[in-house]
Amino acid sequence: MQANSPLGPEAHYQAQLNEGRFLIQRCNDCARHVFYPRVVCPYCGCAELLWVEAEGAGTVYSTTTVRRKAEAGGDYDVSLIDLDEGVRMMSRVEGPAPAEVKIGMRVRARVIDHQGAGLVVFIAEDEK
Amino acid sequence: MSLKDLRGRTAIVGVGTAGCGEAHGMGDLEILAQAAKAALDDAGLALKDVDGLCTANLNAAMWPLNVVEYLGIRPKFVEGTNVGGAAFVAHQLPAMLALDAGVCDVVLVCYGSTQRTSPFGRKERGAARILLDPEPFQTPYQPFNPPSSYALIAARHMHQYGTTRRHLAEVAVAARKWAQLNPEAFSREPLDIETVLGARMISDPFTAYDCCLVTDGAAAYVMTRADRARDLKKKPVHILANATAVWHRSVSSMQDLTVTPSKESGERAFAAAGLGPKDIDMLQTYDAFSINTLLALEDLGFCKKGEGGSFVEDGAIAPGGGFPVNTNGGGLSCVHPNMYGAFITIEAVRQLRGECGERQIEGAKTAVVNGNGGNSASSQSTSVLATADVL
Ligand SMILES: [Zn+2]
Repeated sequence: MQANSPLGPEAHYQAQLNEGRFLIQRCNDCARHVFYPRVVCPYCGCAELLWVEAEGAGTVYSTTTVRRKAEAGGDYDVSLIDLDEGVRMMSRVEGPAPAEVKIGMRVRARVIDHQGAGLVVFIAEDEK
Repeated sequence: MSLKDLRGRTAIVGVGTAGCGEAHGMGDLEILAQAAKAALDDAGLALKDVDGLCTANLNAAMWPLNVVEYLGIRPKFVEGTNVGGAAFVAHQLPAMLALDAGVCDVVLVCYGSTQRTSPFGRKERGAARILLDPEPFQTPYQPFNPPSSYALIAARHMHQYGTTRRHLAEVAVAARKWAQLNPEAFSREPLDIETVLGARMISDPFTAYDCCLVTDGAAAYVMTRADRARDLKKKPVHILANATAVWHRSVSSMQDLTVTPSKESGERAFAAAGLGPKDIDMLQTYDAFSINTLLALEDLGFCKKGEGGSFVEDGAIAPGGGFPVNTNGGGLSCVHPNMYGAFITIEAVRQLRGECGERQIEGAKTAVVNGNGGNSASSQSTSVLATADVL
C-alpha cells in the first residue's frame, strides 16, 4: 500500500478500520513499526511510513477494570496491548470478563463496529 | 552557562494560599488574586513590584492575559507554559533565567481553581476538553481518566515488582496522618489501611482513597534574585536547581509504565544542585494517586526501582517515620484543585522556614519538590530547595 494516500494517516487508518482492515505503519528507513499513525517516524524522523496489515497478535502489557454502575452498562476493561510487531495501543479485552484479564495474557485483535466506525478490540487467544 | 551556574541565584521569598477546600461563591481568578496578595504580603512586597508572571489554568488557553488584566500588572516577563500540574514547578527554570538575566526583578507564580464548588461542573469541563483536545486512540475505550491511566501504571508496577495494594494504602494513610497535623488540610478524619483496602473500587487497583481530592484552592509564590531576597521580610528559600522532563502525553505512549520522567528531571536537578538523595531532608511530591509517591521515591533515587512499596511500609513516610514525604497531607488529603504543583513548592518553603507547627521537620535545610503533570506522569519537574546555609 502507498504512503501517499489522499487522506492523512489518521483518517486513512480509520477509513481502513471502517472497512474491517487493521493497518499499522512501518518506517521505510529504520524499519520499526509505528503506532498510532503519523506523518513522521517518532524513532528516526523519516517521513516515509508504509502501511502494513497488523498481524493482530499481542500481549496484555497492563490492564484495569473501570468500575461502572450496572445500569450504565457495568464494569469494563481498559488494557494496553503490545502487538507482536513491537507497538503498543490502548484497547479493550472483550473476553474473558474484565476481572479475569491479566497482564501477560495472549490476545488477538478483531475489528468491531463502534458507533458506526471500526474499532480494534481484543479477545484472549484461548477464548472462543 | 549551565544549569549549575543558576545554583542558589534565585530564591522564593513569599508564599500564600487561599480558598483551599471549598471557596463557595468565588471564581478561579478571585481566589488566585487572594493567594497572590497573601504571597506578596508574606514577602513584604506589593503588586506594583511584580514585573514577572508565571501562571496557567486548565480551562483558559491564554490564562496569563486574564491574570495580567485582573491584577493590573504590566510584567516584562510572562511564562504560561502548561505541562499539567507540574507547570508551577516547571515555571521555576524560565523564571530563574529571566531573573538572573535581569529581565525582571520579582516573579509571581500563581494558580487558582474553584473546580469543586463551581456551578460549571467537572462533567461539562471534562466533555469540553475531550472535544477541544481529543485523544482519538484512547477515547473510544473510555478510560476513566486520569484514574484509569495511573491505575494501568500501578497494575504494571505491581506485576513487575510485587508491589501490593497495601503498599499503595500506606501512602494514602501516611498522607492522611500528615493532614491531621495541618489545619489547612481538607481531609483530616482518621484513616487506616483496612479502610483504604475496603473502599469502593474506582479503576483497579485504586479505591477512592488512592485518588487525589477534588477541591478548590489557590496558591502563589514570589521569586526574586538572592541578593534582593536577603533584604525582604522572611528568610529566603533558595532554588538550587530546577529541571523538567516531558516524555509523552497519553499512557499508551508511555514507554515503560514503571519509570517516569522524574528519572531524568531528578538526575539533572541533583547534578546542578550538587546534592544527592542522601542530602535531602524531605520530599514534597505530587501525589495525584498513591502510586505517584512510590514512583517519585524510586525515580528520584530515594530507593531502588521496584522498592518503593517496601520503602513506605510501617509508616516510614508518615509523621515520626524515617523520611518525611508530603508533609501538608498531599493531593490525597490536603488540597487538590486540578493542578497542584504550586502547593508542593509552598509546603517545602514553609518547612524550610520552620513555619509548620505540629508537622514541622526539625532542622530541615533541604527539600526536593517534584511536580507531576498530565494523565500519566507525562511531565515531571524537580526542584532542589535549600536554606541559605546550604549555599
Ligand atoms: Zn524510522
